Amino acid sequence: MTPSPVRDAAETDRPPPTGSRPRFPGVGLGAAALLLASIGAAITLGPADVSLVNVRDVLFNHLGGAEIPVRVSKEAIVWDDRLPRALVAAACGAGLGLCGVVLQSLLRNPLADPYVLGISSGASTGAVVVGILGVGGAALGIPGGAFIGSVLAFAVVLLIARLAGGGDDKVILAGIAVTQLFSALTSFVIFAFADSDATRGVMFWLLGSLEGMRWNDVWLCGAAVAAGTMFCLFRAPVLDAFAFGDDVASSLGVSVRRSRVMFMTVTALLTATLVSICGAIGFVGLVLPHAARFLVGPLHVRLVPVTALIGAAFMVWVDAVSRVAFSPSPLPVGVGTALVGVPMFIAIMFRRRRAA
Amino acid sequence: MTLQTREVTWNRGGRLVVDGVTLRPRQGETIGLLGPNGSGKSSLIRLLSGAVKPSAGVVTLDDRSLTAVARREAARAIATVTQHADTVVDITVRDIVALGRIPHRGVFGGDRRSDAAAVSDALARTGLADKAAELWHRLSGGERQRVHIARALAQEPRELLLDEPTNHLDIRYQLELLQLITELPVTSVVALHDLNLAGMYCDSLLVLKDGRAVAAGAPAEVLTPDLIAHVYEVDAAVAVDEGTGRPTIAFSPPGRRASAGR
Repeated sequence: MTPSPVRDAAETDRPPPTGSRPRFPGVGLGAAALLLASIGAAITLGPADVSLVNVRDVLFNHLGGAEIPVRVSKEAIVWDDRLPRALVAAACGAGLGLCGVVLQSLLRNPLADPYVLGISSGASTGAVVVGILGVGGAALGIPGGAFIGSVLAFAVVLLIARLAGGGDDKVILAGIAVTQLFSALTSFVIFAFADSDATRGVMFWLLGSLEGMRWNDVWLCGAAVAAGTMFCLFRAPVLDAFAFGDDVASSLGVSVRRSRVMFMTVTALLTATLVSICGAIGFVGLVLPHAARFLVGPLHVRLVPVTALIGAAFMVWVDAVSRVAFSPSPLPVGVGTALVGVPMFIAIMFRRRRAA
Repeated sequence: MTLQTREVTWNRGGRLVVDGVTLRPRQGETIGLLGPNGSGKSSLIRLLSGAVKPSAGVVTLDDRSLTAVARREAARAIATVTQHADTVVDITVRDIVALGRIPHRGVFGGDRRSDAAAVSDALARTGLADKAAELWHRLSGGERQRVHIARALAQEPRELLLDEPTNHLDIRYQLELLQLITELPVTSVVALHDLNLAGMYCDSLLVLKDGRAVAAGAPAEVLTPDLIAHVYEVDAAVAVDEGTGRPTIAFSPPGRRASAGR
């Protein structure tokens, strides 16, 4: 509040402009390179005998228009099996991380993730209703049921929060309640109606699985994640503005209610799409935003892309390891994310405490 | 004048927290909002900021209803410092102050140079230049208060709304802050608890009790022992400095009579 020597005092202490951590370009490029390398590694790893040279030839053939002879079975393994699977994993990790970033900002709660809104348990219920009770049957399929279930659960959460008077805490409480309710419904359906075959089929999906991903799954997940990322990038300052609550956001020119509805809707649709294809993969949305914040700080213009990139790379690795290390019966990827994610989360907690 | 209220009322859950208040500041003046806890100071600030909509009456910005002005446009004119704005985010002082540039930015940043200048200027004016890299959760209460004020200054507003900005501040910073506010070329509406600070720095005062305006005008006209007794239910003696025309208030302990100044 010393009114006098104004500009020169401040200009010496830090490089302009408004950023706090100048290492963003490096981290961003590093994360992008890491993601590409991870996908490359993931499509090379596996029990089948496919060499790095084979992989390179297949990629050249498909992407570069080359015509190098590769055995058909190897070509199919790389191009029709491993690559789409790795790309869906990447999209899934990026999308779930992104949803975590958005929800942690909007709900002002570092523990928020896509699943606190009941989205995943709703998806599970939808999946078992279709997969075990046979409602909707072949027309809907398990993904269709999961999508409807997750959107429905999200709507119920918002409705309860609204009726209870609104507010971030109410959304989280309602989310916890609805999550419990739908988990119970899922278990109820399984125990009351499922035979063991149906249970196995649904169980794999419930734990999160990237088995049998094909190119149409890649396009769907990729489009959803790309749209969600662009939406958040263009509105990154809005997410920053929520740091000090609704009133401050409003005084910074944010239409609080409209922004909230738009971000929540984008998050719910993106999560529902991913969950309907890959099943309920936990912990990515919770942990990866914290890891990214640790790298590039809290401003969303950096946080959004870096979370998406490291989320994608993380998921590609977890899926590759779950697939290879436990071959021939792969570990559900949701189990892998939790096994890796929890220690990572705790490590970040400790590092941040020490840095503080 | 630009930001005004006309007979503005806010009915919050059946209670009239603000009841028919009209406020017409002159350009560039500093208005003090006084009144005991629960008298509606904070609520009136929230109405003025556009964070809530009035139940009756109207808040106008340049003669347009504030509800009809886009939030972003309003945020370029009006900056607000509320009480108790806290965060769980690990964010630096500089980044918080830079939040004030959001309403001025385009989609991807806009004019970075003027942003950086406004942020540096705000940091320097609030004595925070050497704290720019510090994290929010490591600051004292008084420093946090100054960070919010710096954020509001970085917004480069025409109107500044402050809800008890001197809370948590050492007396030196209380005086410097109010000095700064009165010297800024902006119209300020400041909710205050301290009658002496209000008397020293404000150009005019508006006193609220139970949501209603009970007195308005220059400090020496408003801050009379009768008004203080009526509104705050305490006895006080008021001395008006002949040179400056500013009132000074001395409170009497409860149960004793005020002895001078009537």
